[in-house]
Amino acid sequence: MAQRNLPMREALRRALLEEMRRDERVFVMGEEVGYWQGTHRVTAGFIDEFGERRVRDTPISEMAIAGVAVGAAMNGLRPVAEMMTINFAFLALDAIVNHAAKIRYMFNGMFTVPLVIRAASGWGNQATATHSHTPEPIFAHFPGLYVACPATPYDAYGMLKTAIRDDNPVLFTESIALYPKPGPVPDEEYTLPVGKADIKREGGDVTLITYARGVEWCLGAAKQLAKEGIECEVVDMRWLRPLDMETALQSFRKTNRAVVVEESLPMYSFGSEIAARLQEEAFDYMDAPVKRVTAMDVPLPYAREIELMALPDVQKVINAVREVL
Amino acid sequence: MLLDWYYQMVLIRQFEETCYQLYQEKRITGVYLHLYSGQEAVGVGALAALEPRDHVITAYRDHGIALARGVDANTCMAEMMGRKTGTSGGKGGSMHLASREHNFWGGYAIVGGHIPLATGIALSDNYRGEDNVVLCFVGDGATNNGYFHEGVNMAAIWDLPVVFLIESNGYGMGTETHRASGQPELHKRAIAYGIKDGGRIDGQNVIEVHQALTDAVAYARKNGPVLIEAITYRYRGHGVSDRQYNSRLRDELTEWLENKDPIGILERYLTKKYKNIEPELKKLIDQAQRVVAASVEYAESSPVPTYEDLISNVYV
Repeated sequence: MAQRNLPMREALRRALLEEMRRDERVFVMGEEVGYWQGTHRVTAGFIDEFGERRVRDTPISEMAIAGVAVGAAMNGLRPVAEMMTINFAFLALDAIVNHAAKIRYMFNGMFTVPLVIRAASGWGNQATATHSHTPEPIFAHFPGLYVACPATPYDAYGMLKTAIRDDNPVLFTESIALYPKPGPVPDEEYTLPVGKADIKREGGDVTLITYARGVEWCLGAAKQLAKEGIECEVVDMRWLRPLDMETALQSFRKTNRAVVVEESLPMYSFGSEIAARLQEEAFDYMDAPVKRVTAMDVPLPYAREIELMALPDVQKVINAVREVL
Repeated sequence: MLLDWYYQMVLIRQFEETCYQLYQEKRITGVYLHLYSGQEAVGVGALAALEPRDHVITAYRDHGIALARGVDANTCMAEMMGRKTGTSGGKGGSMHLASREHNFWGGYAIVGGHIPLATGIALSDNYRGEDNVVLCFVGDGATNNGYFHEGVNMAAIWDLPVVFLIESNGYGMGTETHRASGQPELHKRAIAYGIKDGGRIDGQNVIEVHQALTDAVAYARKNGPVLIEAITYRYRGHGVSDRQYNSRLRDELTEWLENKDPIGILERYLTKKYKNIEPELKKLIDQAQRVVAASVEYAESSPVPTYEDLISNVYV
């Protein structure tokens, strides 16, 4: 099957472009999505093809970007709203949590909210404390919302198309650090199922459970450890909600050891959830305590040296694997 | 038409005062119950200015809006009592009545949260080339939060047909408007957004409300958003659990009840204009009482939701 190498931002752009061509109800709105060509260039060229009706530059109004998109979704459109970065989604937290996620339930199914909120997520390049969040687990806390976090261009393309076609509200995060990284994407159209994890590397000694940027660190660690004969299985959860625990559990029952790796903060986190579920659902298979690799429990500083000190990397994953073996 | 409005206002008053009673008797048990008594003319007059294809959305003081839009009193009362037969299957409660078939998009419990939804609902119709209007009720208190600013501004830049109708009942919970707003003449905020200032109207006079909203709706349909402010008053506290209300405001309340009651104003107008209309009015009052009594019976004899309901409709 023909395929080509695309950076993740280009895979996302292609997915969104195809969905807008396919379905008149799909439109984009957000800060600088139009004439600026998108802050991360995911919507580059859209304004020329679709015009201002379907490519809506908004004011700097996160509450309304999310809230208006919810209203539009309730009334028959399929908005793809962009938060320039997920840090600004905190301003829209009420619209996302109390409205997007709950309207269907509160009105007992009377309304449907087929909405995607795309948000660039993650740290890097000394963006400092307020602009370095990876709060996907916060959003995944709330029933009513799906949370999608792709790790590769292949997944990004297929998952974004799925998110747009799904009738539930989806928070779709895109790691800023992954935007320029290339990976193979088939020329032929495809979608990926909601809430399905993916084994990114098979191995029998230890299970590394992760998502988004963490996949890169886990694969890097697995590669190095393989030289010593340690085989890691890398489980990319891909969706924090719905959470495909079954795939993680299957791997864990095989390896009996797990390290959970995430870019986000340690307390009340992805790692906490996975570790709790492993001990609840597979205690008898557990040969070592579940280890977590996360960012350090501090706000991120400016200076490069200490910023990197606070963040997960390949070496920290390797260290954690050694602890569980 | 006037008799119909009279009936709707009486029905709402009867419904709300019955809810108040049921709450005291612990037959309505939810902690939040925000009554519309005193504000009936705003809802009834404004909704009479809409066509069925137009849209309505409001905040948590939503019973009167639901009834005036034609939602069945039985299903409203069933929702108050958390029954399966309620408008939201007993899962939304007092603050979350809605009816898709009436284009009534609901009551919303977070102050201001529904304002961008109104803009979004208007955006959808506009996107499809339809010229339906969205009527968005806004409490005076909501005009001070960010949702109002962002939601109204976004409707403004896209010229969307939304009528933002501020129900100025004098208090955001317990805080007077002039203590909460730098510009207490709330309709003047229209100027800041470059939209039509629909002015300040007497929210107790249903005829005046209807006339003003008819103009506002016609303007919005053609040109874009309108901000209009109706001066009104609520007879009960912010919510029924508001204990300070009666003692603090007794004189003020008496003045509104005696001289500015919306039902009283219309009643005086009708009896002056039409000879011997009193029996007709009495009949409507009796009818409203019967409808509300029946709704209580309907609600109390309805089943409560089950475990299946608890877990359904989280997702599609």
